[in-house]
Amino acid sequence: MLKQIEGSHGVAEGIALSRPEVICAYPITPQTHIVEDLGSLVKGGKLTNCEFINVESEFAALSVAIGSSAAGARTYTATASQGLLFMAEAVYNASGLGLPIVMTVGNRAIGAPINIWNDQSDSMSMRDAGWIQLFVETNQQAVDVHIQAFRIAEALSLPVMVCMDGFILTHAFERIDVPDQAQVDEFLPPFEPRQVLDPANPKSVGAMVGPEAFTEVRYLAHHKQMEALDLIPEVTADFKKIFGRESGGLISTYQIEDADTVVVTLGSVIGTMQDTIDEMRADGTRIGAVTIRSFRPFPLGALREALDGAKRVVVFEKCLAVGLGGIVASNVRMALRGEEVPVYSVVGGLGGRPITRASLRDLFANASKDELEGLTFLDLNQEIVDRELQRQQQDAHSGSVAENILQDIGVVATAKTA
Amino acid sequence: MSHQQVKFYQTGTLTVGNRLLDEGQRTVQATLDRSNSLDSGHRACQGCGEALGARYAIDAAMRATDNQLIAANATGCLEVFTTPYPESAWRIPWMHSLFGNAAAVATGIAAALRVKGKDNVRVIAQGGDGGTTDIGFGCLSGMFERNDDVLYICYDNQAYMNTGVQRSSATPGGARTATTMPLGPEPGADFGQGKNVPLIAMAHGIPYVATASVHNLHDLEAKVQRAMGIHGARYIQVFVPCPLGWGSKPSDTVKVARYGVESGLYPLFEAEHGEVTNVAKIRRRVEVADYLKLQRRFAHVLKNPHQLEMVQAIADRNIRRFGLIDAEGGQH
Repeated sequence: MLKQIEGSHGVAEGIALSRPEVICAYPITPQTHIVEDLGSLVKGGKLTNCEFINVESEFAALSVAIGSSAAGARTYTATASQGLLFMAEAVYNASGLGLPIVMTVGNRAIGAPINIWNDQSDSMSMRDAGWIQLFVETNQQAVDVHIQAFRIAEALSLPVMVCMDGFILTHAFERIDVPDQAQVDEFLPPFEPRQVLDPANPKSVGAMVGPEAFTEVRYLAHHKQMEALDLIPEVTADFKKIFGRESGGLISTYQIEDADTVVVTLGSVIGTMQDTIDEMRADGTRIGAVTIRSFRPFPLGALREALDGAKRVVVFEKCLAVGLGGIVASNVRMALRGEEVPVYSVVGGLGGRPITRASLRDLFANASKDELEGLTFLDLNQEIVDRELQRQQQDAHSGSVAENILQDIGVVATAKTA
Repeated sequence: MSHQQVKFYQTGTLTVGNRLLDEGQRTVQATLDRSNSLDSGHRACQGCGEALGARYAIDAAMRATDNQLIAANATGCLEVFTTPYPESAWRIPWMHSLFGNAAAVATGIAAALRVKGKDNVRVIAQGGDGGTTDIGFGCLSGMFERNDDVLYICYDNQAYMNTGVQRSSATPGGARTATTMPLGPEPGADFGQGKNVPLIAMAHGIPYVATASVHNLHDLEAKVQRAMGIHGARYIQVFVPCPLGWGSKPSDTVKVARYGVESGLYPLFEAEHGEVTNVAKIRRRVEVADYLKLQRRFAHVLKNPHQLEMVQAIADRNIRRFGLIDAEGGQH
């Protein structure tokens, strides 16, 4: 049914249709509306046979989820940013134990300085935690991919993180085709756990494993993710059969057939990029884009194929490996191993900075002339940076960078002079 | 009282031998149908108080639930010595996740059982004092305040033993650990620090809180049995000497525990909904020095009259606070 609703509300409806049995809730912006809406559905009796548990921290949220999933219940939780970091130990634990929990991450920057706005540093911080990480571009995909996530998670006995851009998607009102319960039931069978805590069949879970077997356990975790490379497209195809639309998958492509310049990115920014690409193509620039939808497992093969023929690749990402550069770019370079094609790394949209068509157009124009540095920070205000570097040089006690810059650019400076 | 309580005495112990009791009153361990939930072959040290306490507690819980029990375990000695891959000493469904989340994992298990309609299956969480009073405290408090249907058992050996005997918030004043060195003018752990988690548990108003000790295993079993007859959040803290960490003889574990309790340093009581309902009276008061001298961790305290006085003051305060000795001074 078509509805004009908030992204978070859509996700809540998608989760409810997936018949979760335990939901752990802890508030953190920008994810909070999802669990609020789910709480209403449970409390209002619309989502039955489901325990909605208000916990005391994100660490507890995922720990409760670990317990309920291990005891055989389909389990969901959601978090973002600092919350994901606070539960980091449990994030690794859930995947190590092979528990098919589904968790939304409403992508948000990580502090300090504290920042509630969107980038993808949070999910990226957990990229090696053993979870499947699916990024969505629109709120329709957000709804659809959550439903797929349960099926993928339970088929592989692995947790799945669905990553959606905070505010840009979570708080945006868009038209969403909310699936019918009958369709979802056809697509998603009841949870049959691979392992379950059961007095009739007492097993120990979470034993200590030493050097004699740890490598094998880790290898098998990797092997499972490699299986996911086959499973994810199958699930997407199945989804299309029942729901009639394309959602999910490993990657998506836009205008790449004859493209000299191919942009690689993740998440909602592809919307702005498609508009930019359309404009540039009208002017004769052969440019296209690839969106990575499954970041873990990383689709090396699909990406290599999609980038075949590109004369240059521009990886645009909302995250930064401080001291190195682009995280996604490093991964993409692995897909292009042995190829001569230059890979430009662009970091943009950090902490919610708007990514405008104008900026992208300049960026892509420079890229298509091979006039980009190896690492570019989109819309970096070099003057602000230089003034702070100068302050640091002149004063050994120049103070905190963030506060200095706020004073400099006027937010605090204006208040002072007023 | 309309009846006189019959007391049995054995040499040096309060614990009555099973053979003197009616069959119904005997310990679970004395029965052939005990579940052996924590089976032999595990790797605990000789004289491990935690292994002893866990064996009695879990078998009692198994009997109380007709073997319908699932346990969540914090990281720590109990976890490590029972489940070195590929072996497990547990004959119950048992799960270890992390150091600080056993209470939350148990909450999740209980939620899953509720939603699956398996109301007969009950949940226990267990951990040492570090996993309970320090790193797991947030999850423990959360489980308490939500009144989740979990019995949390803390095996309190008063330090981080698994990592090599470091101070926890359950380490008593004066005790030597690897991080409270017996050096300087105030050797050992600082006095006036630490937290009393049974009292904090009571402040949550949960249905049942108890302390127990491995010197009185009948009492431990009875408290576990009682706890399993109640729904909601419950907490039992068991006093479990650690020969390795305390520098006591492995053969003295039960004696050390008894002296700790009978000196007044480890009061045993039960509380319901925040009110103390039962206190184990001290039968024959033991001098704190007699308790301390069984353990090398207190060797310096015995030579330090000031510190000895402070330990004595803690025992005196417990005795007053919990009424561990009847007003008429009637030591039974």
